[in-house]
Amino acid sequence: MAATTLPGAREDSPLVALLKDAGIAAAIAFLLALPLMGFQTLDSGTTVDLQYRFHWVAIATVGVFFGRIVFTLLYRRAGAARSKAPGIVGQGMARVGEGLGRFLVPAFILFALILPFLPFADRREIDLATYVLIYVMLGWGLNIVVGLAGLLDLGYVAFYAIGAYSYALLAKTFGFSFWLCLPLAGILAAFLGILLGFPVLRLRGDYLAIVTLGFGEIIRVILVNWQPVTGGPNGISGVPRPTFFGLPFTNDPAEGETAFHEFFNLDFASLHRFVFLYYVILALVLVTNAVTLRLRKMPIGRAWEALREDEIACRSLGINPTNTKLTAFAIGAMFGGFAGSFFATRQGFISPESFTFIESAVILAIVVLGGMGSQAGVVVATLFLVLLPELAREFAQFRMLIFGAAMVLIMVWRPQGLLAHRAPTVSLGPGSGGSR
Amino acid sequence: MEYFTQQLINGLTLGSIYGLIAIGYTMVYGIVGMINFAHGEIYMIGAFIGIITFSLLGAVGITWVPLAILLVLIVSMFFTAVHGWAVERIAYRPLRGSFRLAPLISAIGMSIALQNYVQIIQGAKIKPMQPVVRGNIPLMEANGFQVNISYLQIIIIVLTIALMAIFSLIIARTALGRSQRACEQDRTMASLLGVNVDRTISLTFVMGAALAAVAGVMVTMYYGVIDFFIGFLAGLKAFTAAVLGGIGSLPGAMLGGMLIGLIEAFWSAYFSIEYKDVAVFGILVVVLIFLPTGLLGKPEVEKV
Repeated sequence: MAATTLPGAREDSPLVALLKDAGIAAAIAFLLALPLMGFQTLDSGTTVDLQYRFHWVAIATVGVFFGRIVFTLLYRRAGAARSKAPGIVGQGMARVGEGLGRFLVPAFILFALILPFLPFADRREIDLATYVLIYVMLGWGLNIVVGLAGLLDLGYVAFYAIGAYSYALLAKTFGFSFWLCLPLAGILAAFLGILLGFPVLRLRGDYLAIVTLGFGEIIRVILVNWQPVTGGPNGISGVPRPTFFGLPFTNDPAEGETAFHEFFNLDFASLHRFVFLYYVILALVLVTNAVTLRLRKMPIGRAWEALREDEIACRSLGINPTNTKLTAFAIGAMFGGFAGSFFATRQGFISPESFTFIESAVILAIVVLGGMGSQAGVVVATLFLVLLPELAREFAQFRMLIFGAAMVLIMVWRPQGLLAHRAPTVSLGPGSGGSR
Repeated sequence: MEYFTQQLINGLTLGSIYGLIAIGYTMVYGIVGMINFAHGEIYMIGAFIGIITFSLLGAVGITWVPLAILLVLIVSMFFTAVHGWAVERIAYRPLRGSFRLAPLISAIGMSIALQNYVQIIQGAKIKPMQPVVRGNIPLMEANGFQVNISYLQIIIIVLTIALMAIFSLIIARTALGRSQRACEQDRTMASLLGVNVDRTISLTFVMGAALAAVAGVMVTMYYGVIDFFIGFLAGLKAFTAAVLGGIGSLPGAMLGGMLIGLIEAFWSAYFSIEYKDVAVFGILVVVLIFLPTGLLGKPEVEKV
């Protein structure tokens, strides 16, 4: 672990200070590495044996020593360049983003639309793109709650789970089709959002965070333990696949059914289903975005943003904070439910494993890393956070370590998020708003 | 009645451990105003350093139990404190003064990274440990059911109370405690009056990590198994304890920890063990609805 490779070096004397600083960093690295890297616990039945790995400690210490020197030198140079215009970088980037947005966003949507027909797009790529889009949708859903309304929700995955389970149960028990289940799952999730919203509305900030976190855990524990309905830890398998207006994507359709490839006179290919799923989620994502953008311009969206900036002022201006927060919770939850039911139909199998706290953390990280409230930021952050671990599959065991470290580094590097968009949609002329 | 007493003892033991971890959350929250999500992982690291030191002492030949426990505690507290310091230095200090969610995300990232770091370097398997302290004192007996308090439970409860007393004294009486309280009230003003804010915050993290290390060592001895994942749920419950007691308040953290421990023990004993976590979080929600700042928390003053 790179122990103290961080800014903050004293700038009084050149070489000695540099070496001293690196020495301190190395000493701390040594202390950090000694117990956990130096000794490995090996299982031997009832107790543990130790294996010594002091060369690891040596490598870590020396590595940090030189790493610190290099980092300090680089940082000093970068710092000198940056100190001329502190704080402008973020806004500048956001402005560039907005300027390019007019051109980039349609290009991006076009790219997303033709992606399955591009030459490099194979089953794996399309599947990966579908996966990314699920997270974009979740990110946008949570963005309404966290980014717009400013309510810190650490249990968003609960709504995702509700969506997935309601689809799986409705479709398996009653044989409802995907398109019927989708709104039902969304309504159920939204209803649950309101149910959760009522008791927690009085809470502020971090109290809200911990209660939503607890709520997420409660849902997960119920999913694990309510065996007869949810199947417990084994989950639900054989979730019905979506059909193309009643045409299933199978090679051997049941009696009296026409398969998709037969109807369109195509050769059977499993790719069809992936492409179809991809377009379904793409449509859902675009709808989510359109709805969010419209909502932001409507009174309710304005009220969300106003509430985020100053709750007391809102109350004195006659905005009802209860209703405003509840709608934010409900609409955010609804999109979570949609994403969940899509997830269930894509996987064909769901279990509580998919709905752990880490999932909530990843979605929240997407929103915050993207820059709270920024729609484009969510996409950028998703590409970063979801694709990075996927591409790093070769380093399977280091995957999550890199993921966690990347979260810390991005946050330290850009605390405002990749595309900062904190300013309210409307403000009273220049110089007001978004000053926090 | 006997069954009840036994569960009371078990609950208090568990509660002591949660309370020790909760103090770390509550102190950090009081001063920096952030949820230190990585604190559960610090506790897990404390437990790992504890188990390594136990094995090492066994190899060296120090087997006199009180000395061994004391050495393990000291070693684990020291090295875990270094981890706590480093986490603050790397992930939180650069973010001081940025908006509220930034350190939270950084803390979640740190938590994921530390968990996987330990998994990689120490392996994902459960680490067993032979019981160090054996034996128990029978307290009462009726209907063939014996109520026991084990020596280990006594050690855990006594040690927790002693540490609580020491830390309360540090915060109430020493210069460090004064600067901590000053930073808690107004960080800018404190720095203007010559309090080294960075140092005070670092020391707060160090103190919290040291207490978490004690909790980690205790858990290792109490349950006899640890793995790299224990930090998550323990951290979650300890944070719940801190919120329940009123975040920012030291006695509140202890009280909250005890309550969580008792709720868990009694719920598992009388209702269902599967839903004990639901009970814990459910009671948290109920308490917060009626007392939005926890049991012993100061009411928040809204300023315009």
